[in-house]
Amino acid sequence: MKKAVVLRFPGTNCEFDTDYALEKLGFDVTIVWHKESKLPECDLVVVPGGFSYGDYLRSGSIARFAPIMNAVSEFAKNGGYVLGICNGFQILTEAGLLPGALKRNDSLHFISKFQHIKVVNNDNKFLQNCKVDEVLNIPVAHADGNYFIDEEGLKELKENNQILVKYCDEDGNPMVLNGSVEQIAGVCNKEKNVFGLMPHPERAIELALGSDDGIKMLEGFKA
Amino acid sequence: MKAIVNVFLKDGVLDPQGKAAHHALKSLGFKNVNSVRIGKQIVLDLDATNKDEALKEVEEMSETLLANTVIEDYTIEIVE
Repeated sequence: MKKAVVLRFPGTNCEFDTDYALEKLGFDVTIVWHKESKLPECDLVVVPGGFSYGDYLRSGSIARFAPIMNAVSEFAKNGGYVLGICNGFQILTEAGLLPGALKRNDSLHFISKFQHIKVVNNDNKFLQNCKVDEVLNIPVAHADGNYFIDEEGLKELKENNQILVKYCDEDGNPMVLNGSVEQIAGVCNKEKNVFGLMPHPERAIELALGSDDGIKMLEGFKA
Repeated sequence: MKAIVNVFLKDGVLDPQGKAAHHALKSLGFKNVNSVRIGKQIVLDLDATNKDEALKEVEEMSETLLANTVIEDYTIEIVE
């Protein structure tokens, strides 16, 4: 059985949804408190959504210095798979494990709704079960999801197939949701073992809740 | 000794809050505003006596935590 660790900071609020989704997909899940300095042996670390440290200073800026994050950086440097969802994505960019940064939405509103996203690259563990250009319906819930990267960084993302998903309408046409550079909703690192996205795949695992498109995303880590 | 750190989004990085405030000012009839940038000011009360050393330390604080240099610039003023 694949083992997954879900981190928990003060202010995290998606750890149980993430735990539920991963267990449903057949993972053995352990929730780990941010003050721990060691990770249990595992195949995947998920940094879940929420409002770690109240989003004070900048979203994710304080959580990245939590003791457990040293272990996560070490795990990632050794090729371990790390997935950051929403606040987890913000934490991973603040930690320098993913390129770019997340700013306040251009509308200044908190956006909470189902959102279509289009798969841009699938030559990675996370999206290997999805097709390129496939449109997925996944909830978003964020105030700071406006992805920024400079031109040089964007060029690198494209050259290395690091763009994972982009916001789109239901037909897959580009859609401006929050002001993100080129509507980027998620990216990975150059080595393709650290992933981050603003949408919440763990909230889309049962049709009764509106969509189960999140399953094929998260299941990538099972293979 | 006090240090005042001002953090702003870099030039070229769109500031949505500044843009909204600018729009509001224009609606209120203030026509002479070319642009608005909103940042934050962080005031540190330091246990330090040497100004140069204090500046160096606050620079390190700014690079590490207070600013995200991917999107933000900062200035430091040391006040004795």
